[in-house]
This record gives sequence, structure tokens and C-alpha cells, in this order.
Amino acid sequence: MNKELKILGIVAAFTLVLYWGVEPFAHSQMHKHVEGHNFVYDGTADVEEASKEKKEAKKKFWSEVKEIAKLKGDPVAGEATFAMCTGCHMNGAANMGGVTPPSLDHAGAIYDKNFLIALIKDPAMATNVDHKYPNGTMTHPMGSISSMVSNPQDIANVVAYLKAKKAGEIAPKEAFIEACSRCHANRYGKLTQLGEIPKTKSNIKTGQDIDRMKYDQKVAEEQNALADYLGKLPPDLSIISRARSEHFLETFVENPQSQLPGTAMPRVGLTKEGYEKVMEYLNETGDPSAPARAMVGPWVLGFFVIFTILAYLWKQSQWRDLH
Amino acid sequence: MAHFEKANSLNEWLDQRIGINTLKKVMQSEYWIPKNINFLWAMGMVLAATFGILLVSGIFLLMYYNPSTDLAFDSVNYTIMTEVGYGWLWRHIHGVGASLVFLIIYIHMFTGIYYGSYKRGRELIWISGMLLFVLFSAEAFSGYMLPWGQMSYWAGMVITNLFSGGSLHADGLVEWIRGDYVPGQAFLGRFFMLHVLLMPLAIIGAIVFHFGTLRLPHVNNQDGEEIDFEESARLWKEGKVKESKVIPFSPVFLSKDVFVMGVYFILFFYLVFYHFEFAMDPVNFDPADGLKTPTHIYPEWYFLWSYEILRPFPTDPGLVAFAIAQVIFFLLPFLDRSPNVAPASRRGLFHFWFWALLIDMIVLTFMGKLPPEGIWSTIGLVAAITFFVLWIALPIITKFEKKL
Amino acid sequence: MSNRRDFMGMALGGFTALGGIGALYAMKRTWDPLPSVKAAGFTTIDLKDAQENILVTEKWRGKPIFVLKQSKEMVEKAKKSDELKRLIKIGDEYYMVAVGLCTHLGCIPGYDPANESFLCACHGGMYDGTAMVTKAPPPRGLDIPPFRIDGTKLVLGEEGPEYKKMLADGTTMKV
Repeated sequence: MNKELKILGIVAAFTLVLYWGVEPFAHSQMHKHVEGHNFVYDGTADVEEASKEKKEAKKKFWSEVKEIAKLKGDPVAGEATFAMCTGCHMNGAANMGGVTPPSLDHAGAIYDKNFLIALIKDPAMATNVDHKYPNGTMTHPMGSISSMVSNPQDIANVVAYLKAKKAGEIAPKEAFIEACSRCHANRYGKLTQLGEIPKTKSNIKTGQDIDRMKYDQKVAEEQNALADYLGKLPPDLSIISRARSEHFLETFVENPQSQLPGTAMPRVGLTKEGYEKVMEYLNETGDPSAPARAMVGPWVLGFFVIFTILAYLWKQSQWRDLH
Repeated sequence: MAHFEKANSLNEWLDQRIGINTLKKVMQSEYWIPKNINFLWAMGMVLAATFGILLVSGIFLLMYYNPSTDLAFDSVNYTIMTEVGYGWLWRHIHGVGASLVFLIIYIHMFTGIYYGSYKRGRELIWISGMLLFVLFSAEAFSGYMLPWGQMSYWAGMVITNLFSGGSLHADGLVEWIRGDYVPGQAFLGRFFMLHVLLMPLAIIGAIVFHFGTLRLPHVNNQDGEEIDFEESARLWKEGKVKESKVIPFSPVFLSKDVFVMGVYFILFFYLVFYHFEFAMDPVNFDPADGLKTPTHIYPEWYFLWSYEILRPFPTDPGLVAFAIAQVIFFLLPFLDRSPNVAPASRRGLFHFWFWALLIDMIVLTFMGKLPPEGIWSTIGLVAAITFFVLWIALPIITKFEKKL
Repeated sequence: MSNRRDFMGMALGGFTALGGIGALYAMKRTWDPLPSVKAAGFTTIDLKDAQENILVTEKWRGKPIFVLKQSKEMVEKAKKSDELKRLIKIGDEYYMVAVGLCTHLGCIPGYDPANESFLCACHGGMYDGTAMVTKAPPPRGLDIPPFRIDGTKLVLGEEGPEYKKMLADGTTMKV
């Protein structure tokens, strides 16, 4: 009996060593650990990563953002200024220079205050993709905003307005739609870059569904525009929660450059709560069986524990007299 | 027509027609197994159970899987994982099972090496077992293609490229294997056929053969003792169960098997429900993209030692080394020149050889997973060379082994 | 001693059988129609463009659905032979809506507008303009699918009050 336990110990030890080497150890060597900043947007990461020439400009930018954040914003004045934004940021907006401006219906709820200030001040710098605009950040699709809303008090007002009036309760799916879906489809959630896939019916005589074909064409054209602008089509996020680790996704969304230097993906500027809402939706589409697993697991394991006890008693009864 | 009397029971009726009582004796109650064994002797049945689980979970996956390159990925990750009732359970069971079956195969294999269960009359048991290892490897590889994720595609690309034979440039052969210039619909279709029909049939046949090769030599025991099975069987049937050196397969050996299986299933299902990323690598949750190779590609853990023998050498020597490594284990009964059937601990240098081989293969496994850079490639090269040194040394050290 | 062995063996066997039942349940659920199949079980058809005595065929749950707008004469005939309950009334118009599969063995009957009757080519069964059976071998008239009236539209797959009444008085069986 002792001999068997010793043998079991050796087998278990080798198995655990094997597991350690092939999984945690190997993965730690393949993916260097990237520190997150817990969804605080103050430019620390940007300045650290910046090339020598850009460091000073970035430091200056983010300290100016800090100054604006100290101002007291007036939501009422902000609403008036915000009227300028609705020209592009409206539901059903058109594609502008490669991307479709997102809806801002819950912007105050899901995006960080400092980030919003930085975004209005200079979108390319705020989203950390300024390296993609060698001719100056005004060439960013939203670059013209710096000439429309440049006064620090105006910026503070608009952000105050967003935080006061555009910050209602938001469902996980809505958070995903507002923050991500104009670039990233989610086919398992029946979402394209143009929104929910409409229900259509095919012609019973021919089997052809022309309404769906027209919709698919519109989606394809939007995807072409995105891919031309960004360099490639942003991946469908249906199952991203199983294709990347939690840590990777968190640090990536907070600052894409930290995980994929040189990427075209802009920083999204989500707050921690906003990010968790989006992840809730991504886990819905990517791992919907998680609740079922949690429910069934204990029963199956419990069954086998009892099974093993009964099996041991049977085995004992068979072997008892044999030695 | 043979003479048939009226039967008095169902059992007698069946016995008259298919000899069921003889069958029961031969396969169960008078199939003699040595008593001097430990739980490692149950690994064979654990493998049979795991294969059965893979077959059953595979059947339910097969109902919904679509072997078409544009539909395969979503048929698994959407239809089966989200829509099919308990589809996620079959998928998890199948993935974890495919990984664990190799853990048990290696334990089973090394048990055989340690106790000398490949020697003197048992050579065919060993060879048929190694054949099963090769067949299971083909089954695992073909199965991995099916979800058509990034790892499926690029593993398919890399492994089929091996057949170009380095400087032989047999590109025509590679294209013939794939059915196309690159892994595509033709490739997926044929590996689907292999995984679902041909390899399972071959495996079942090989298992039957493996069992057949066991009967005459009988199962080995912890001391490698040559047992007089006739004598011990007689003792058992007389009721002298303590003196007998054997036990019947059913119910005695089976009861130990079932207990070991219970412990195994606790581990198995713990992994199925709570800890399965090692068996379902995240890289394969990206749909296949022929225009983008993932930053890190690697085979499943059970192929890593073999992969690492290929990698450190230049192309042609690497391919030769790889080919030798695949078949060298088959030659074990013939490379071991000592007549001793005994546990390794009593076989002098062979004891050292055993642990050196095991540790070397684990080191090769680690290096096969790590990026081939810096110190890892150096260690990998040393481990690969050590592998061949050990096999060359085997006939030498066993020739001079003291006879027990 | 052997009693204890047998008892343990049986206890283990019985407990294992319980597990087997659990596994069989999971297997049965895997065979169940998928949610997307069940969700596709609702079709809306618009009756407003139908013309009298011209058969229109729609599709519901993969099956053909006959829609035949009744002419004034057909309605009179139906009233006389007590078959008005087989028809769906929308506004002042009457429609025959039925699953276009012969209740004998499932072939699709053809419609002859001149005689206002259906003939099934497989075994010669016939139905009248309200899809009531007039010649064997079909055992009953064409089955009426579950429907709910929504203005001039019918939502097939949902059970409205008019359909429930047809089930209750035996005009049709559940499809």
C-alpha cells in the first residue's frame, strides 16, 4: 500500500512538473508581462513608450489635460457646445474618412473624464495613435475638433455635460455597441459594423433573399472603408474572450500600444466599470456555457467522488482475503 | 445440425448456441492476471475507458460539426458550444480526453519500459502498443485540424511541409497529401475522413490485436517473475486464494481497475469543468487565416519532445533525426540485450538509463514549447543529442548487465 | 464474505447506472432541435394581395402552406355543407389556409381552379375548396397550421383565439 502511494507520488510529481513547464512557465517566457494602469488615463504609459522626439510633446499634452480637468465644467453651457458634435455623432451616422463616428448616448457613463478631455483636445494624441499621422494630428478624422472646441473651459463644459446628461444605465450589449462595434463585428451576437442584422425573408419561388444581400453589401462596403483606413479589418470579437487572456484584453483595451506596438487600434478610454460592462457582453458571446459549467460541475464531481468510494469498498471486499 | 436439448435457463440457452460460459471463463473468470501488481497495471483499462469516452463524445460532436472551411469554425464555436444542448460538455470532454489519453499512454509506456514488459515473449505486446501510439498520434493530429482555427491551419501547413523531405524538395508529394497547394477544403475533408472513420477503425483493430498478443505471454508482474499460471490457476480454483499467485480478471482485477478509474475520472472531470485551457489552446480560437502566422505556434504537448528533436538541427539532419525518433521505440525489445525481466531498480545501469530517458524527454518537451532562442535552443540541442546517445548506449549497457 | 462482495458490486453497479441515466439525459438534449430552428418556426404571411380562387403557396417550418381566397360561390357552398368553420375570416373575406401536405402520406396535392378541388397524384385523394377531404384515402381534411390574425396578416406558429377554437371543435388537429 505504501509502495503504491510512493509510486503515485512519483507519477503525480512528474506530471505536475510537466504541466508547469509546458503551461505557466512556457507562457511566461512567450508573453512578457505587461503592466496595466487600472484604467487611469494620465499619460504615464504614453510618455514611457514614446520615442525620444515625442516624449516632450506627450508630457506637455497630458499636463494640459490635467489642468483642464481641474476646471469646474458647466453642463448647461456644455450642452450648447455639444450641439456642434451631433452633426457627426448621431445614430445612423455616415462613414467619415474610414470610420463611422460612434454614438455618444452613454459616453459619460462608460468613458473616463480625463480621457474625454484629452479626446476633445486632440483625438490622435488621446487615443495614442498619433504615430499614424505623420502630417500632423489634425488629419485624424476627428482632427478638426481642435479648431471647433479649443477653449479649455468649453472642453470642461462639454465633458461635464456628458457626465451629467449622457450617463444613464447601460446594458452590456449597448456598451459594446457604443464603444466597439463600429469597427468590430460580433457575429455570434448577430452584430455587424452597421448594427443588428435585420430579419429578412427569401423569395419562396427562387430561394433568393435580396434584402439580405443588399444589407450584406452595405456591410461589405463599410468593412472595405475600415480596412483601407486602418490597414486591416478589425477582427470579429465573438469569441475573443477565449482567444486572449483576461489580462491581455484588459491591458490591450486600456492601451493597445502596450501589447501590439504600432497598432492602428485607438485607445478606447473606457472606465473600469465601462470595461467590465463590455467584457460582460464579450463573455456572453464568447463563453455562454460558463453558468451551465458552474452548475453541472459540482454534481458530476460529486458523483465520481461517491463512485470512487463505492469502488474502493468493492475492491477491498474482493482483495481482502488474497494476501 | 448439432444436437440441441431443451435449455433450462436463458444462460443455458445462450451457452448452447454461442458458448457463453466458455466465453465468460476465457475472458473473465479464468483469465489469470498476476496478483503481484500495483495501480499502474490499471492504465490499460483507463486507456480503454478514455478511448470509449472520446468515441461517445465524438459521436455527438459529429452530429453538428460541419467539415467545410467556411463553416467549420463556427459549427464548433457557435453551434456546438452555444446552441446544442450540452454541446459545450461534449466539446470539453473531447478536448480534455484527447490530451489526457496521451498522459496515460506515456505512463503506460514507461511502466512497460520500467518493468521489462517488452522482453522475452512480450515483444509483440510492445510493438502493437507502439503501433497504437502512432495511430493515436495520427488521430489526434487529424482531429486538431477540424476546428479550423489558426493553430489547426498552421500545424497542418508545417507538418505536411515535413514531407517535402528537406533537400529532396518533394513539393509534389506535399501538394498530393494536401490535395491543394495549401491546406484548404480538400485538406480538411480528407483529415475529417481519417479522424472520423479510418483511424478509429484502425485503432479498434490494433486494440484487439494488442489484447491478443497479451494472452499467451500473460500480463507481467512487479518482480518480473516467471509464474506457473497452470499451477496458480489450479490453486485458485481449489479455493487456496492466498497461496495462488494469480487472480481472475473478473471480478478481482477489474475491481482494482474500476477504483483506479474512479480516481482518474475525478481528475478528468475536474479538468473538463474547471481547468481546460491546456487542452483548448487560445490560439485556436482565432479562425484560420492563411495570410497571417501566429507569433507562437507549437504542437500539442504530447508531440513537443518529438518536435524538439526536429528543430535544433539543420533541415536534412533534423528530418533524419525526427524519422529515427519516431521508430526507435519500436526497436526497444531488440536493442535491450539483457535477458533479465525485472524492474529497472534491479538492473544496474539500466535503472539510470530509464530515469535519464524520462528526464531527457521531459526536457525536450519543455524546449519544444519555448521559442527557439538563446539558452533554450542550446538546451534543446543538448537534450536532442542526449536522446540519441541514450539509445546508442542501450545495447552496450544491457549487454554487460549482470544476469539476475 | 462473498455476500459482502456481491453487495458492494451491486451497490457500485446501481450507482453507476444512475450516472448512466444522467449521461443519457445529456445525450437526449443534444438531439433536441436547436434554438435557432425553433425560433425560425414563425412566419408572417400577408393575405391582402391574394386573389379569389388562385392558389398561393407560402412556406412555414419547411412545409408548403396553401392560401386560397374564397369566392362568393365557394363561401355559399361552404355554408351549405357546414364547412365555414374551416375558413379564416378577415374583414368580409374568407380564406382557406392549410398545410399543403396530403393527410394520407404527405405528398403535395395539386389544385384545379376549374373544379375548385385538390387532387393528390400519389394515391388519388381529393379535397374541396375548403380543403375538406372528398375522396379517400386521406383520413381527414388538410391540417390547419397554428395562426394568429394581425390585421390582414397571419402569424403562423402562434396560436390565436380563432385557431384555438378550431382545435377545440375538431376542425383540425395539432400540426
